[in-house]
Amino acid sequence: MSTIEHEKLTMAQALNRALRDAMLADDSVLMFGEDVGALGGVFRVTDGLNERFGDTRCFDTPLAESGIVGMAVGMAMNGMRPVVEMQFDAFGYPAFEQIVSHVAKMRNRTRGRVHLPMVIRVPFGGGIGGVEHHCDSSEAYYAHTPGLHVVTPATPSDAYTLLRAAIASDDPVVFMEPKKLYWSKEEVALGTDGPGIGTAVVRREGTDATLIAYGPSVPVALEAAEVAAQEGRSLQVVDLRSIVPFDDETVAAAVRSTGRAVVVAESAGFASVSSEIVARVTQRCFHSLAAPIGRVTGFDIPYPPPKLEHFQLPSVDRVLDAVDDLQWEDQ
Amino acid sequence: MTSEDVLGLLPADDPVRLIDADGTKVQGSGSERYELPSDADLLRAYERLVVARRLNDQANALVRQGRLAVYPSSHGQEACQVGAAHVLKQGDWLFPTYRDTVAAVERGVDPVDVLTLLKGDWHSGYDPYETQVAPATTPLATQLPHAVGVAHAARLRGESTVVMALTGDGGTSEGDFHEALNFAAVFKAPVVFFIQNNEYAISVPLARQSAAASLAHKGIGYGVPGQRVDGNDIAAVLAVLGDAVERARRGEGPQLIEAHTYRMQAHTNADDATRYRLDSEVASWVDRDPLTRLEKHLRSRGLMTDETHEQARAAADAVAEHVREGLNRDIEPDARELFAYVYAEQTPQLREQAAQVAEESSREVAGR
Repeated sequence: MSTIEHEKLTMAQALNRALRDAMLADDSVLMFGEDVGALGGVFRVTDGLNERFGDTRCFDTPLAESGIVGMAVGMAMNGMRPVVEMQFDAFGYPAFEQIVSHVAKMRNRTRGRVHLPMVIRVPFGGGIGGVEHHCDSSEAYYAHTPGLHVVTPATPSDAYTLLRAAIASDDPVVFMEPKKLYWSKEEVALGTDGPGIGTAVVRREGTDATLIAYGPSVPVALEAAEVAAQEGRSLQVVDLRSIVPFDDETVAAAVRSTGRAVVVAESAGFASVSSEIVARVTQRCFHSLAAPIGRVTGFDIPYPPPKLEHFQLPSVDRVLDAVDDLQWEDQ
Repeated sequence: MTSEDVLGLLPADDPVRLIDADGTKVQGSGSERYELPSDADLLRAYERLVVARRLNDQANALVRQGRLAVYPSSHGQEACQVGAAHVLKQGDWLFPTYRDTVAAVERGVDPVDVLTLLKGDWHSGYDPYETQVAPATTPLATQLPHAVGVAHAARLRGESTVVMALTGDGGTSEGDFHEALNFAAVFKAPVVFFIQNNEYAISVPLARQSAAASLAHKGIGYGVPGQRVDGNDIAAVLAVLGDAVERARRGEGPQLIEAHTYRMQAHTNADDATRYRLDSEVASWVDRDPLTRLEKHLRSRGLMTDETHEQARAAADAVAEHVREGLNRDIEPDARELFAYVYAEQTPQLREQAAQVAEESSREVAGR
């Protein structure tokens, strides 16, 4: 029987361990990007990797995101499993053409002959007092592009197993890391057995309504459920973990069990992942719904400066207000 | 780096030329630095140029017949196409663009498979790993960082692979061109960046594309040596690219080569070149044609026999017939193909959508 190591880690440390363990397990796994070498990344996710694996396995590149992703495409074409870091969400935009036109399409274009086992790590979201370009929720851009997997962990344990799964995937994965949760801590099982890409999880059982959240919004949803419980209302919380593929089965089953739902997400609500969730769940659960599905999202504005960001982020109060609006008259 | 080192990165003042437009061997113009290819190589190049010209003609004809949707012809640029492919060894990679059908064919890809995209079928009809020819890219210069990645991965494994990355004059304005040159230089990646400067990016002339002394001068800013070559002189193209490939293989890092050539035909058959350039300008390039130039040279040296001529024509006939036959064949489109290769494993959503299309198709069949 194999024994799996357990350690109390922050999400940033769990990601670091996932990278280290993947690099130990497979020589073709490489990590590169801006400041990921000697510095260990601006969030220290690559801490110690350059020292341990040398400059051929974990290295700094020139400051050019399209070049970074483009080079990763070539390396993935030629036998490597590159992991690259876009330092902040909005710094990934220069690489957008590479991601959309090549990373996402290479397998389809070549009828499966060329595949790109690569991971694009994107620290995303707000709530850290960051200035413009450092707090964007860019997941919808990637989720809208067929050919990419898009995942986002909400706990250190999921961060570890999902990143291991992303590196092992033969398809490109956009790995969205909620910056706000980098310092959250828990006991992490350091094994590769765990949820695969494409599986959502019920984080908290509940009977009155379902909160659907992902990444940085999961702790907000959990806290709202805790407060609601004290007020006598039982809220279930679903953590998507994987945006693409989307786990329709788990999400729809959860909503059917309660008959009411609120989607919680940081990004601007218009034409977003949250809109997609509402559309999918409505279509699948219409006859089980007692009320239209509610949404708590960011406003449709450019991400505001730190002093104003608390207005933009979904709060426990806003989530509870949205739950209150779910037409409880029949109860 | 001293000024002298920087000067070492500079291309020649004039494009390197080994054979003049009248077919005579050149004195000067870099001819002292590069050797004329062997007689055997020149005779082989002649045959390949004849085949290349015929392939361009045949593809154009297939557009007129409606068998191809569009064809970006390399008519006039065949020396660049043939040269870029023939300086590579087995195991080397070629990264072509949409105008480089001939180069891909010269690397060994079946022309019918290269043309699937232009026929309106799936993009890449060939396995890129069989010939080490990447799928041709349509967005400009985006393939250049890929070339750097392929080269760097090979170098990390200690392989002696060289990557030939093709682009045009318009492509040198794209950010990816600059990022790729910079990355290749920093990582000393064995990449030969080969610009076919054919004077036009669709309708935009070179003067509106760049104010640089030459496109080969762009290497200096990245520490990449540049060279210019007469792109209509196959001897010079083979010599200059061959030298660059061997330097890259020896670990000297990337090189930037600019070929001066001319796009004799419109951008594609959908374009009207008379709106932006004069017929007299096009006519002025006829005398510099790469095929007639080499033929004159071979004749002047008594190397050209009726047999050489006949053999080249037969090879061209065979390729043209193969292309006609391949592209005149209709293949019934299969809707399942839409969903088969988006991911390694179909997502639940794609399974649903594939089932929907299958159901629609079965209804159509039943209703007929």
